[in-house]
Amino acid sequence: MIDFELTRVGTPDAAVQIAAATPTAQQGATVRFIAGGTNLIDYMKLDVETPQHLVDINRIPDLAKVEKQPDGSLKIGALVRNSDLAQAPEVLAEYPVLSQALLSGASAQLRNKATTSGNLLQRTRCPYFRDLAYAECNKRTPGSGCAAIGGYHRNHAILGVSDQCIATHASDMDVALMVLDAVIHVQGIKGNRTIPIGEFYKLPGTTPHIENALEPGDLITHVTLPALPETKQIYLKLRDRASYEFALASAAIVMQVQGGRLRHVRVAMGGVGTRPWRMPEAEHALEGQAPGEGVFRAAADAALKTARPHTDNAFKIPLAKLCMIRALTTVTNA
Amino acid sequence: MLKENATTIGTPVPRIDGPYKTTGTAKYASDHNFPGLLHAVPVCATIAKGKITGIDTAAAEAMRGVVKIYHYGNAPHLYRPIPRDARVDEARPAFEDENVYYSGQYVAVVVAETIEQARAAARAVKVSYAAEKPDNHLDLSDGLQEDALHEASKRGDVDAAFSTGAVKIDATYVTPVETHNPMELHASVATYDNGKFVLYETTQSIVNHRTAMAQMLGVPVENVQIIMKFLGSGFGGKLWVWQHSLLAASAARDLRRPVKLVTDRHSQFTNVGHRPRTQQRLRLAATVEGKLTCIQHDYSSETSILDNVGENCGESTPFLWSTPNLRVRSSMSHRNVGTPTAMRGPGAVPGLFALESAMDELAIRLKMDPVQLRLLNEPEKDESNGLPFSSRHMKECLTLGAEKFGWAKRNPVVGSMKKPDGTILGWGMAGASWGAGRMPTSANFAFRDDGSVRIGCATQDIGTGTYTVFSQMVHHITGISMGRIEVALGDTSLPPGPLSGGSRVTGSLFPAIQEAVNAATKQLLQIAVNGVHSPFKGAKVDELAFSEGRVYRKADSSASGVSFEEILRSANLRSAIGEGSSVASQQDPKAKGLSLHSFGAQFVEVEWDPGIARLRVSRVVTVIDGGQIINLKAATNQVEGAIVMGVGMGLLEETIYDQRYGHPVNANYADYLVPTHADCPPAIDVTFLDYPDKAMSEIGARGIGEIGLAGVAPAITAAVYHASGVRVRELPVRIEDLLQPITKNHRALFQP
Ligand SMILES: Cc1cc2nc3c(=O)[nH]c(=O)nc-3n(C[C@H](O)[C@H](O)[C@H](O)COP(=O)(O)OP(=O)(O)OC[C@H]3O[C@@H](n4cnc5c(N)ncnc54)[C@H](O)[C@@H]3O)c2cc1C
Ligand code: SF4
Repeated sequence: MIDFELTRVGTPDAAVQIAAATPTAQQGATVRFIAGGTNLIDYMKLDVETPQHLVDINRIPDLAKVEKQPDGSLKIGALVRNSDLAQAPEVLAEYPVLSQALLSGASAQLRNKATTSGNLLQRTRCPYFRDLAYAECNKRTPGSGCAAIGGYHRNHAILGVSDQCIATHASDMDVALMVLDAVIHVQGIKGNRTIPIGEFYKLPGTTPHIENALEPGDLITHVTLPALPETKQIYLKLRDRASYEFALASAAIVMQVQGGRLRHVRVAMGGVGTRPWRMPEAEHALEGQAPGEGVFRAAADAALKTARPHTDNAFKIPLAKLCMIRALTTVTNA
Repeated sequence: MLKENATTIGTPVPRIDGPYKTTGTAKYASDHNFPGLLHAVPVCATIAKGKITGIDTAAAEAMRGVVKIYHYGNAPHLYRPIPRDARVDEARPAFEDENVYYSGQYVAVVVAETIEQARAAARAVKVSYAAEKPDNHLDLSDGLQEDALHEASKRGDVDAAFSTGAVKIDATYVTPVETHNPMELHASVATYDNGKFVLYETTQSIVNHRTAMAQMLGVPVENVQIIMKFLGSGFGGKLWVWQHSLLAASAARDLRRPVKLVTDRHSQFTNVGHRPRTQQRLRLAATVEGKLTCIQHDYSSETSILDNVGENCGESTPFLWSTPNLRVRSSMSHRNVGTPTAMRGPGAVPGLFALESAMDELAIRLKMDPVQLRLLNEPEKDESNGLPFSSRHMKECLTLGAEKFGWAKRNPVVGSMKKPDGTILGWGMAGASWGAGRMPTSANFAFRDDGSVRIGCATQDIGTGTYTVFSQMVHHITGISMGRIEVALGDTSLPPGPLSGGSRVTGSLFPAIQEAVNAATKQLLQIAVNGVHSPFKGAKVDELAFSEGRVYRKADSSASGVSFEEILRSANLRSAIGEGSSVASQQDPKAKGLSLHSFGAQFVEVEWDPGIARLRVSRVVTVIDGGQIINLKAATNQVEGAIVMGVGMGLLEETIYDQRYGHPVNANYADYLVPTHADCPPAIDVTFLDYPDKAMSEIGARGIGEIGLAGVAPAITAAVYHASGVRVRELPVRIEDLLQPITKNHRALFQP
């Protein structure tokens, strides 16, 4: 572990002030906020994250609350623990897909520590990113190459990949947030702003080291979920073992069945994309249709049309399709 | 007070070490701390093949707390162990030269005042290399060439029998590298004083550890003492000395301060052994009635560049089933990996995956029930050497297992056993075996004037219940309640005992303990007749008897007797002592001329959901013929644990190496998959047949630490085939394999 300075702050302003000193909020940041620490400390131990200054935000008051807003939306503080969020009555009642996604992730111990903002910003599990023994990793060292493409990449992404990086976005929570049209609230040096989750994550393209829309100093303060009409929801996660493993493919679905027709369909998948992957093609194929195997299959085909697999992860195409079809079948019958 | 002849043998006695572990008072190796203790952190090679061209320690040495940095240029000399005398799988001592043979090899070690300082400095050591392309290729066919194979067992003419066979199987099976991942990391705390080492180690074999360390450190064996009171599991990975022990001891000697070295999780995948990859070709032939006419088993196992440590995959093949023609041949394929080592059921477990899978495939080709096929090929004797089995009840394992499992209700048609929810049940089974036999051991025993007794032996409890089993045996022999029995293990100053490997400890102990108790009893009776104040003064020794802790005249009842502590006190003696020993089975006339093995049958149910390619093991029935069970609780726990490990072997475990660089890519607890609680089969039913094996000892215990894992993986893949129609010949079973028939039927699914 490298030496670093640790500052405990009591206000968002103080946090932003210190963090503004980093030249980037992306890979290579010299100042990092620490929330649960389950992701950051892991990568610091591996020397992948090398901040010189850590800003502990855990003592900032009011960031650990889940509150219903007057407009019906739900405000989730950045420091709400994943395990608390999964059991929040409002989430269980109105956004069960979020609760299911959270509970499918990591382990009970990790969820007790992990926070909303930390989960949003968790780094990929790409083994080549995690291991300095490999010189090639465009995400870690821009321009160095990608060890995963010619190496072992069974759990890498098939959607949103580039020639520079095929790392999977590993979160479950964020997949659910995608179908819930979450909005991320940020306090920065220039004041407060909001970022719809659909615009938050960047595709790797030629800059895989730039993962999201955050700028130096930006502190995520909370996330809001817009009010939803009554919907059916599901999160289905497929993986090798029954627990404590990242998704090979997962599906988050929100929908209504009205008069025998699918309405308000929202579909996203995890484990397959370089970012949590919303699937407008599938939504389009489903919206207004009568539920049935043929329709579900067509939606799955449409969603995976742009998939670009490599040798070890080609199985994710059929697996993702099966995952989506099963999730759709289960949720429409629920 | 227990009644005459009361015994706890075969009953579920709780562990006597349980309270220490649950309260955190059990001291594991790394829990030992001493004044002035230093911490050592190794620097590991970031190439898998090549040479070190330079080590720059200047920056690291200037860091706070750093005491010394050792590497091949400056390390005190270390020796290799004497071959066939001490066992060390990786014989090359660390820092012997500048060569690198595998990823993660220790290239330097930093010793500092605190663990944090040592870690930080280890990162600052700059090592430069001349790297070469490592050889890590997975195909082991090089070892399966005719000229590479060595014959291990042979009878009849397999070539003729195979070419004329009526029904045949010729298939190749592969098992991957599996890495031991006990919770407790390998660790060593070394102290050195006045020329003597006291080493606190994570080892399954304190006696071998002492011999090996003495040889490698270049000191007389009496200058080394090994202490290991509790082990957080080993699974074979802690049987032999690994280099970190040497680094700690050598630094402690050089610096004259205690040194602690705790390896990290990543190192479990590089520096401390693993079960090697195997590639095995099985050729079976049978008559149309299902009588085997030949078995040919050729295999190669991967090993490191410098060592010849392989998997003895043909362990059970020569005797498990009856066949007139048989040939087993083995070989090794050298790769740039760390040295492999024993993992639970070494050889037999991967070997049985191949043999029992081939038997299942043969049964299918014969259109025969796989249980019937095995019953039909039950041998009368060990056909590899013509010796009778000491105690073989394989047929009962098979029939009882089938009955308990409900095998008669099995519809053999693939995919036919559908549940109402659309999932499909798959039922599979396999036979199992594991070697038995005693290892030489000695023990000492003392009656003491405070009413307690003590049994001592330089063996160890690796978490399997050996402390408790000792106590039960002493209780069985003496009638003295377990609460008064002190068991002293895990210290080489005790009389030499067996290593904890090969499921041999329990079976080896009884005769030695019995002899030690008898000798101490004899001394006690002598004291009773000679003591000036003894109530039996003047009696003859053979007029006296001893039971339930009391000495009495044979003419009277034991209740009339005098307790041993009173006898000792009357003579002002602290203790009456005795020593005992027993030889290995090979030297035991009772066991000579017999073939000693444990047997078993595994029955597995999987639930297969083709709609999402999800497969889980839902039920396991295991019947074990493992001799007399001493402690039903510990034994059941061993077999249940082994079954869960078998689920891991069947469905999850595999260490993956990058083919270009030779580094393990899943070297952590999150990416190397072992079963979680949620993966454990909801129903595990373990039965022991409990036939004492008198060739082992009067008590007839064999040992059950490994047999439970044997046969689980092939039973799972048989069940997978029955459910899905996919025959997986390369472990573990992966979603990719299971998706094949689904995508074949729905080609569109595979297309983007
Ligand atoms: C073994 C293991 C298994 C896991 N399995 C899963 C899984 O199956 N599914 C899954 O979804 N996740 C999984 N995870 C990931 C886990 O969900 C994340 O580690 C966790 O959510 C991170 O939250 P944290 O609060 O600990 O983040 P931290 O480690 O504290 O922070 C992570 C990053 O977010 C930044 N950050 C934190 N808060 C803010 C803020 N308010 N504003 C700006 N930046 C901020 C930090 O600077 C850091 O860069 C697993 C993790 C581990 C270690
Ligand atoms: S996939 Fe991305 S993170 Fe992984 S090695 Fe390639 S560039 Fe690095």
